[in-house]
Amino acid sequence: MKRMWLAIVVAFGGLLGGAAFAQGVTLHISCGAVGTELQLCKEESQAWAQKTGNTVVVVSTPNSTSDRLALYQQQLSAQSSSIDIYQIDVTYPGILGSYFIDLSKYFSQSDLSPFIPALISNDQYEGKQVAIPWFNDAGVLYYRTDLLQKYGYSNPPTTWTELTQMAQKIQAGERANGNPKFWGYVWQGDSYEGLTCDALEWIYSFGGGTIVDPQGNITIDNPQAAEAINMAAGWVGTISPPGVLSYQEEDARGVWQAGNAAFMRNWPYAYSEGQSANSPIKGKFAIAVLPKADTPQGQHAATLGGWQLAVSRFSQHPAEAADLVKYLTSDSVEIDRAVKGSFLPSRLAVYDNAQVIQAHDFIHALKPVFSSAVARPSTATKDKYNQVSSAFWTAVHNVLAGQAQANQALAGLKQQLTRIKGAGW
Amino acid sequence: MQQTAIEAKRRRGGRGMSLERRRARTAWLFLAPSLIVILLVAGYPLFRTIQLSFTQTSLLQFPLKSHVVGFLNYKFLLQDSQWWHSVLNTVVFTVVSVGIETVLGLGIAMLVNAKFPGRGAMRTAMLIPWAIPTVVSAQMWRWMYNDVYGVINDIFMKLHLTDKAYAWLANPKLMMPAVISVDVWKTTPFMALLLLAGLQSIPGELYEAGRVDGANPWQNFVRVTLPLLRPALLVALIFRTLDALRVFDAIYVMTGTNPNTMSMAVYARQQLVDFGALGYGSAMSVGIFVIIGLFVVAYVVSLGVEVD
Repeated sequence: MKRMWLAIVVAFGGLLGGAAFAQGVTLHISCGAVGTELQLCKEESQAWAQKTGNTVVVVSTPNSTSDRLALYQQQLSAQSSSIDIYQIDVTYPGILGSYFIDLSKYFSQSDLSPFIPALISNDQYEGKQVAIPWFNDAGVLYYRTDLLQKYGYSNPPTTWTELTQMAQKIQAGERANGNPKFWGYVWQGDSYEGLTCDALEWIYSFGGGTIVDPQGNITIDNPQAAEAINMAAGWVGTISPPGVLSYQEEDARGVWQAGNAAFMRNWPYAYSEGQSANSPIKGKFAIAVLPKADTPQGQHAATLGGWQLAVSRFSQHPAEAADLVKYLTSDSVEIDRAVKGSFLPSRLAVYDNAQVIQAHDFIHALKPVFSSAVARPSTATKDKYNQVSSAFWTAVHNVLAGQAQANQALAGLKQQLTRIKGAGW
Repeated sequence: MQQTAIEAKRRRGGRGMSLERRRARTAWLFLAPSLIVILLVAGYPLFRTIQLSFTQTSLLQFPLKSHVVGFLNYKFLLQDSQWWHSVLNTVVFTVVSVGIETVLGLGIAMLVNAKFPGRGAMRTAMLIPWAIPTVVSAQMWRWMYNDVYGVINDIFMKLHLTDKAYAWLANPKLMMPAVISVDVWKTTPFMALLLLAGLQSIPGELYEAGRVDGANPWQNFVRVTLPLLRPALLVALIFRTLDALRVFDAIYVMTGTNPNTMSMAVYARQQLVDFGALGYGSAMSVGIFVIIGLFVVAYVVSLGVEVD
């Protein structure tokens, strides 16, 4: 009996002592959901935890971006402190910005300057730096090197007109050669966020702006934008399959990777998928910057995607959380992630890093894409971004499906956006 | 001491109360736990939804801004053409899919009610479409409907049913039929199962009696099967109608928020989750509640379902 009491006292003493000695804090980070992404995040945050004597718990989240947004909304609107660091999509700084702390307290100007400028300004909310870019995405053009060569082209198209002509010629040729399922160009035309990304690229490349400009003015109702959407509507059923109007990323990749398309617009993830061992097009394709319009205002455009790290305003340990964000977005971690998981770095210099080039030369090839990057207008439209985007993709989809004329649809869209804006964004 | 207290209590509680009232009190006591649970899990959310529908609340802003706006959300709802379009979509989806499912389900139920070798295996296999989670099967169908690599176009063209590949989920005229087909594929087995249970409760002697009286199979079906199947049929119809009016997953996965197929639930989710518009989305949820309620009343009144 006496011995048992002793044991209990000793055990309690140990617990108390342990508590007194553990100085570090415990942080919860939501990053990744599956596979390499989750694994890398666990390894990296553990490395930071060991270095600093803190503890990090990785919270897994749903894989799809809209489900993740729903979860974050629930957590944040309930003012929960159970997640300190959120991995957020490129449109969330505008949507959820009021829930995150200003990181410029912890990041100086020189800390921020190595990041891609378009991303840094995307991650601002009412003048505050609410997130730090972590890894990227941008729309790119995939083209079949073997088919371009076969039909006498030495370079990928630089203008939409060239792309259309090349696609027509290759499509006609391949169909005559016995593949009736062959199409020139596949992209994302379903009525969803992906269409907003694709259509923003067309419009921006024609000099038609970004739907809503950074000052919050609605700019979508302009002739260049109408011209751009009309061009895309002309593709449907000619160089693009009619079903493109229901295609998301994976549907387009399904056509492309089976060898049934000459060109595809997609995100960089399709590169490693296309080069995988059992892919029919392995070694037969390359990527390029998306074409620009054939007009004087024409410019290349690539819609930005990707993920950022933000610290919740309800976090009990904001300083430590900011330090972990700093560590995860550091040069060495981004190089490691690029090499091990082919994640595109948010720091420009990493694209030229020798290790990265050696591991994945396509990452280096993507660098020019980011100099033409264009962000969706989520920073300007804030928590109304999803409404703006939904109205935009619905209007564009109507034109693509032949249910409306571009100039009328855009005039209607302008009215609708004005109503959503109300007294201000 | 203790005993007398209990005694006193019992006397206070028991005296002056008729047996009936005491029984009623006991009944309420037994019912109370389940009533409280229902109140918590169904009553409270419903109350909150109605309460929120009179406010303008955005989930996406900190600090959370919420102010009472009276019937403004309902006024918007009545004027929202997209809402009425999604109501129409849902009603079309419900009427057509439940109609086809009932006819097919009845046919299948009568088929598997007959005695033939391998009937048990057949009844089990029949349920597979219903057992697959809807999101999974909807995604599967999405790929099968693809105009370039989809198997549906391939089969149709090989059978010379169509001369070219159709974009089933992109063509505004084909989207709704495509979505309804998937629901029919998925839910007919469930309908068949409910009706099979009804068929099995019909005594075989009635058919024998029919045969003795010289009734042909069609007369047997119309005079014996249908009237006796009526209760099971009504339950199945109400079940499926209420389910179909709430359709979300199949449509959300296959055609997303495309206005041509968007159902009431998909639209409400878009407002509540994507737009964070808690007030307007709640008004919409109340709208869905009312519309489903109308269907229930219509069924009860027109078909004389006994409520008790």
